[in-house]
Amino acid sequence: MSETIPSLLLKNGRLIDAAQALDGKFDIFLVDGKVSKIGIGLEVAADRTLDLEGLWVLPGAIDLHVHLREPGYEYKETILSGAQAAVAGGFTSIACMANTMPINDNAAVTRFILEQARAAPAKVLPIAAITRAMQGEVLVEMGDLVAAGAVAFSDDGKTVPDSKLLRHALEYASLFGKPLLCHCQDNALFADGVIHEGMIAAQHGLAGIPALAEEIDIARTIMLAEYLKVPVHICHLSTRGGIALVRQGKARGVRVTAEATPHHLFLSEEAVVDLACGETLDEDLKPAMLCYNTNSKMSPPLRTAADVAALRQALADGTIDAIATDHAPHEATEKAVEYDLAPFGVVGLETALALALRLVREGVLTPLQLVARMSQTPAAILGLNDRGSLATGMAADLTIVDPECEWVVDPEKFYSKARNTPFTGWRLQGRVVRTIVDGRVVFSL
Amino acid sequence: MGFRRKDLLGTRDLSADEIRTLLESAESFKEIAERPLKKVPALRGKTVVNLFFEPSTRTRTSFEIAAKRLSADAVNISASTSSVVKGESLLDTVDNLQAMAPDIIVVRHKSVGAAHLIAGHIGASVVNAGDGANEHPTQALLDLLTISAHKKLGPGLRVAIIGDIAHSRVARSNIWALTTLGITVRVCAPPTMLPRGLENIKGVEVCRRPEEALDGVDVVMMLRIQLERQDRLLFPSLRDYAAIFGLNRRRLALARPDAIVMHPGPMNRGVEITSDVADSEQAVILSQVSNGVALRMAVLFLLGGQGHE
Amino acid sequence: MTGNIICESSEMGRILERIAAAVLRRNQGRQKLALVGILTRGVCLAQRLQRIIREQSGLELPLGSLDITLYRDDLAQATHHPVLRKTEIPFSLDGATVVLIDDVLYTGRTVRAAMDGLIDFGRPQSIQLAVLVDRGCRELPIAADYIGVEVPASTRDRVMVRVAECDGFDSVTVMPRSASPVSSSGGE
Repeated sequence: MSETIPSLLLKNGRLIDAAQALDGKFDIFLVDGKVSKIGIGLEVAADRTLDLEGLWVLPGAIDLHVHLREPGYEYKETILSGAQAAVAGGFTSIACMANTMPINDNAAVTRFILEQARAAPAKVLPIAAITRAMQGEVLVEMGDLVAAGAVAFSDDGKTVPDSKLLRHALEYASLFGKPLLCHCQDNALFADGVIHEGMIAAQHGLAGIPALAEEIDIARTIMLAEYLKVPVHICHLSTRGGIALVRQGKARGVRVTAEATPHHLFLSEEAVVDLACGETLDEDLKPAMLCYNTNSKMSPPLRTAADVAALRQALADGTIDAIATDHAPHEATEKAVEYDLAPFGVVGLETALALALRLVREGVLTPLQLVARMSQTPAAILGLNDRGSLATGMAADLTIVDPECEWVVDPEKFYSKARNTPFTGWRLQGRVVRTIVDGRVVFSL
Repeated sequence: MGFRRKDLLGTRDLSADEIRTLLESAESFKEIAERPLKKVPALRGKTVVNLFFEPSTRTRTSFEIAAKRLSADAVNISASTSSVVKGESLLDTVDNLQAMAPDIIVVRHKSVGAAHLIAGHIGASVVNAGDGANEHPTQALLDLLTISAHKKLGPGLRVAIIGDIAHSRVARSNIWALTTLGITVRVCAPPTMLPRGLENIKGVEVCRRPEEALDGVDVVMMLRIQLERQDRLLFPSLRDYAAIFGLNRRRLALARPDAIVMHPGPMNRGVEITSDVADSEQAVILSQVSNGVALRMAVLFLLGGQGHE
Repeated sequence: MTGNIICESSEMGRILERIAAAVLRRNQGRQKLALVGILTRGVCLAQRLQRIIREQSGLELPLGSLDITLYRDDLAQATHHPVLRKTEIPFSLDGATVVLIDDVLYTGRTVRAAMDGLIDFGRPQSIQLAVLVDRGCRELPIAADYIGVEVPASTRDRVMVRVAECDGFDSVTVMPRSASPVSSSGGE
């Protein structure tokens, strides 16, 4: 990073910055990878000037929850391909989960990830496992991992079933001010479930995953955080009951935060038998198999329409703090199998922001709330003081969006190595046209 | 009128017209079983592959006899002899089959949607002979064919289905087919084997106790209880299950006097059904088996005996 | 209705009486004589012949109906979707003389299929063929034993037989194929 970064003047864009409560036409001057000045009609000598008339300028989006698959599963995704997908989707920072092979449960793996990330266009933030090999038995060396660059701890994909161990993990992590990102799931109730335990499961004989499987563990996790007076973050809320638990926890003063994924905000269990889920899909891109399409399979599963509505409400009222993608790339042949044998998970980096813009269009979120949920709060949850806002002195991480641009989701055009999106053929409005990281344009449409 | 599908994957999306066409054709095929020469040349030169990933003697044999009576070449492939054990994916297996140019593939698989996956992948017609706990359409249709010999199929008829509803594809296919014809279906199972939400299906009544389900019904369908469910803590013991849910003379007396008793087999005598009931005048369990061949002939004929564009 | 009318109700009755008489004459003294109609209109004609024979001679001939769908040689090419009807032959064919009855004799393929079907039921002593109309254009070496009326027609023509039991009235008409929409009514 020794070479100098040309200064950049962004003119006439609509700056939307929740942290500064700004929403209006401002010029932004970026120097040395930082925000130097914000103002109206800035007259400065810049190496380069971009006229952003008609475009939105947002603090770079931050994804708390992605799976980059490297090391170990490079055929699904690499740190480089995942980061390319991220900037194409407007994400300037992505936090990657620990379930690689080997698992990121020691400083060597964390350092490897950061080393690989040097060539990546987005900022990659390694999340370390909570327990060794994610076996739920022994804590990782948290101090060593934090020193190596881990930003948080998570056994994502698994819960930590032993409550005493989870207690100690919460306590010990608080020493470093690093959050635990908890995947909440009662394993016995989850059992061999593949979709939400509801009408579709009942009618189609698919093994169900009750909402309860998630809620019982959310309750336990919040109770521990409350008792210990430490922060905790709940991954991918999907049920009304889970929302209520977080809402009540917050009301009691528990330092609990929560995220929701775009797929849980847009799709219900109906997608298992009709992936289009009421959407008019592009005829040329429409998947051949809409019923039992394995891109409707994720954990937690798609819930009911009432849960989708509740998630949107909770996102609007702040019960849900962040939109996170749970970007989970899988290779095509891994998903082209029997429904119950298919791996859980879908990709999300390249569709999340456009879907969030649709929430704005549908009146669920204001533009400022969108920025709060996708940049400001994720930065706060991870304790990243240099981003999440475009105030003077912050990192020059920006996402520039054309709110009117119409496009169709075509996985063949993804930067991600994976194609497993449930949104193939969706017509979306609002698209990332430029992504800037540390003052450099890393993506241009 | 008519049946113009490439595949028969379930009864869920069949119209009443399609169901009646299948039953009427099957009715005609019943006659062939009574001929001295039980073979017609309708599917001569066609290849029917029975692709069974789950062990099944009854259904596979029934399809095999049906195919042979239609003069088709029937080939049986079972999971134990196929390359599945070597880790080949389902679609790879199907691609290999496709190279042998089958006209109809009859598939049974433990995964819900396996037949749909295959049907979407190849040009041959696919008959679902059971996909997990989802559907087993030919069983439901042969059950309707059996009922129709004794009762008029339509509104006013009441059918009780008793047993492990949650894990039963036979129950689901019957629920769809029966309710499509306007028939009332009462389902009854231990709460551990009753999926939540069935009561929302139009025409379905959920009963807590078999006595309630049997009261005044025209048809009683008992489902096989699988011992492995006991290992998964869904019921305490077969003895307990038999005592509460088993069909015996006393319980059967609650149904209409002319009620018929059905069972998709294989039966656990003394568990879900007592021997005296299974062997009684009211039991039509063996007609189900013979109707199975006629019904499957009709299905193979209607799928295979038409030109696809 | 367009087309050239070959015969109507009263004439059809006379034709069937003539066929009935010929059947009786030729099969005098036979022990096991039976009638089998080919579905659909062949069965109606067979029922009428059975009645006329009863009236003419007092003989009550057994009557069967045969659906040839399963024996057709064009199933794979058929663009329509076959509907199977019920074959009913409630008597033994072994050693019997069977008079097979159809409305129109054309290519001969239907009769070929019907003979295959009959033979699956037993071994008749002999099979005879009675048709209301022989329109020519045979594709197989088949000839009728009893012919009601010969209507030389080209492959471009459509010969339609209507019988009261199925169609509400009796008639035989010939019309150019293009003039009539292809429908299920009227045997050919």
